[in-house]
Amino acid sequence: MKSSVARWMYKRPKFRLVALLAAPTLWLVVAYLGALGALLVTAFFTIDSFTGDVVAQFNLGNFQDMLTDPAYRNVVLRTLGIALSVTLICATFAIPMAFFMAKIAKPRNQKILVALVLTPLWASYLVKIYAWRSMLEPRTGVIDWVLGPIGIRSPGFGGPAIVIGLSYLWLPYMILPIYAGLERLPNSLLDASGDLGAGNFYTFRRVILPLIFPSLVAGSMFTFSLSLGDYITAQIIGGKLQMLGNVVYQNFSINLPFAATIATIPVAIMAIYLWLVRRTGALASL
Amino acid sequence: MTISNKARYALMSLMGVGLAFIYIPLSVVIINSFNSSRTFSWPPQSFTTQWWSKAIGNTGVRKAFGWSLTAGLLATAIALLLGTSLAFAVSRYDFFGKEVISLLVILPISLPGVVTGIALSNAFNQQLGISTGLMTIVIGHATFTIVVVYNNALARLKRMGTSLQEASMDLGANGITTFRLITLPNLASALFAGALLAFGLSFDEIVVTTFTAGPGIQTLPIWIYNNLFRPNQAPIVNVVAATLVIVSVLPIYLSQRLSQDSTSGGRF
Repeated sequence: MKSSVARWMYKRPKFRLVALLAAPTLWLVVAYLGALGALLVTAFFTIDSFTGDVVAQFNLGNFQDMLTDPAYRNVVLRTLGIALSVTLICATFAIPMAFFMAKIAKPRNQKILVALVLTPLWASYLVKIYAWRSMLEPRTGVIDWVLGPIGIRSPGFGGPAIVIGLSYLWLPYMILPIYAGLERLPNSLLDASGDLGAGNFYTFRRVILPLIFPSLVAGSMFTFSLSLGDYITAQIIGGKLQMLGNVVYQNFSINLPFAATIATIPVAIMAIYLWLVRRTGALASL
Repeated sequence: MTISNKARYALMSLMGVGLAFIYIPLSVVIINSFNSSRTFSWPPQSFTTQWWSKAIGNTGVRKAFGWSLTAGLLATAIALLLGTSLAFAVSRYDFFGKEVISLLVILPISLPGVVTGIALSNAFNQQLGISTGLMTIVIGHATFTIVVVYNNALARLKRMGTSLQEASMDLGANGITTFRLITLPNLASALFAGALLAFGLSFDEIVVTTFTAGPGIQTLPIWIYNNLFRPNQAPIVNVVAATLVIVSVLPIYLSQRLSQDSTSGGRF
């Protein structure tokens, strides 16, 4: 009985393929793409100003409001600024750390360091931001307690706090791809560069940096895109500052079509970013 | 490798600074859970374990933990099923739209959670008229965890090749026996790593959950978030937070023990 089923299946590779593909394709196309498509269509709808219900009537009003109101332009620019700062800070921390892990630490310590960098990825997102609330709290926080005596004060809750919090959250996502890239880079290249008279910094700039560029790009896709859509960090340690995600979240319950319109911005920015990355060819060599 | 001692020490101290940056806030969370003061103040004046015993008996925390566990297990089961079959299809067959489907599977994790969240909520509430609850949370979580199972399974299937299966079938085993005795055991540790990661992502998820959970259901992250700004709940929140920090060591330990593929549990 069982072997006859097996024989029947063996003779029909098309059937096997359809059986394998049906469920995941249905799920991703119907549940996910369908929902995304419906959201995009909703962005062109409006709401009844009395009842607050969504009115299915095609118009460009939401997009007009979004593009002409300077308040939204400011939120977009601020969010982009935050995402870029977070990416730069993560890269600045991650490159020396990854280099130490891959090239200087003893092989035995290497494994421990990787585990140490990985562990916080499994600690809850909310808990990590909550931790920074305790760190940044003005006067009673940890930063003011430790650094206050030498004259450094906590920036309090606001833009800088968001940048610190997001950098903290996504740092491991930058370290790990760079570490993997550096591990693949043969030591002989660095030796050759040194033998030919290049100093440490020159070797870094002309040999290491170009070769780990794809890893940097891979890391930046996490740090940049995860920062772009975030709104919880801004709610917890951002004070009154708003990011794109906050605007989407606030409009969600009062004006769903407008929330959908705003939500197209991070998607469009990510699409442009991915297109730029593709043009550098970094994705192909990952 | 030739590198000057000065540069070596500079890098070592940067590594130290980086690790301090990573671990100081996490240690603060753990220390704070023993802080006897009800309101946050640093440094703690005295220590107590009473919040820990109170948190263990807290029904809100217990319920939230239960919901997170249920949602995580269900979402992981769906992700395992869908991710593995998709990985088989992509690694063993050529078909029209293969590129599109392999792009589609990473889309839910690449787009901001708030976009996925409002898209699903809009589909459930406005388009389909389904009331939100456990099922909608599971659908949301499964959608963005399929990719991690898929990635792990695909990498393993590509590395395995087909020669073992061919050998098995040459020796007379049929397709089902070959799958049971050859393919599955070789795939098992990759599937475990993928499932672990899928569960971890689901257990920690807050944004998509916010939009897909009904009013009656609080997962653990939602519970933490709802109680974050309630002063009288602060000590309990601190204990839950500290527990989550301590428990995060577990998956790293498990994935290091069980999978030699990558120490990241296949996240990359």
